[in-house]
Amino acid sequence: MSAVEAQTRKKKRDAMLGGLSASIPYIRFLDVEFTRMGDELTGRLNYSEKLIGNPMIPALHGGVVSAFLEITAQTQLTWDLIWPKLEAGGEAEAALLRGEFPRTPKTINLTIDYLRSGRPRDAYARAIVQKAGRRVANVRVEAWQDSRDRPIAAAHGNFLMPGEGK
Amino acid sequence: MTRIHEDGYEMKAVPHSSELGMRSHTADPAHAIISVAYQDNLVGNPETGVIHGGVVTTVLDNCCGLAAMTHPDLKGMVATLDLRIDYMRPAKPGMTLWTSCECYRLTRSVAFCRGVAYDEDEGDPIATATGAFMITAAKTKFEN
Repeated sequence: MSAVEAQTRKKKRDAMLGGLSASIPYIRFLDVEFTRMGDELTGRLNYSEKLIGNPMIPALHGGVVSAFLEITAQTQLTWDLIWPKLEAGGEAEAALLRGEFPRTPKTINLTIDYLRSGRPRDAYARAIVQKAGRRVANVRVEAWQDSRDRPIAAAHGNFLMPGEGK
Repeated sequence: MTRIHEDGYEMKAVPHSSELGMRSHTADPAHAIISVAYQDNLVGNPETGVIHGGVVTTVLDNCCGLAAMTHPDLKGMVATLDLRIDYMRPAKPGMTLWTSCECYRLTRSVAFCRGVAYDEDEGDPIATATGAFMITAAKTKFEN
């Protein structure tokens, strides 16, 4: 593959990732975006005043931070389903590039630890899939702001994976 | 028996609660009931119109916190320490989301809360929540 072809492919995949989160109204409402390095995603929660939960500190709403963690976990799981199809190419890749995404994994449960209050600025999150089972996936996810080693929240949860052909 | 104000009042003091259109429906101690009307921009699955789990989590977090805040023995503020959410079923598209939470135990440092999210019937929950809230001195910052 030439350098130009590789660049074109990267752009297509990045656009598809953008399309994946833009297809969900609530993700647009919170203004969460994803960037990727290969198959690893980083979520960014773009700050706005409407995300504040405690105006006196001020701090991000705990629920917003939870939702951001949940969205990051689900998007990473979806990306992990998509990735081998992209690499394989052919019709499976073409369908994805047309915006035909697999159904979002359903959250079974999620436990969130709030470690520090979220400041009024952008936050980032990354998920680690601990076990990608056929039916259930277990995921750990962490959010931070200024410094990666000072997380504001961490969560772990179980997700029901979409069935084949859905 | 819980006294429920049918219309409730808008939760305007908190920007995000106000943004979601949260309404508080009881003034009973150590108990909170919050509703959020269905809105298209909160949808998590555009094919079915089901609202996103993140919305359910946010309202449950807020409702558990409010239940702790209204505990008559509380001196200070509360900050969420942890929260566990179990999702039983999707919310019904087009329906108002309700949450009902109680602070069932208050110690010197921690408030223990639990609650449910539902649409039509509290006995048929969308999700349940269990959370622990740290009691912080009034107006001081949560350790950062």
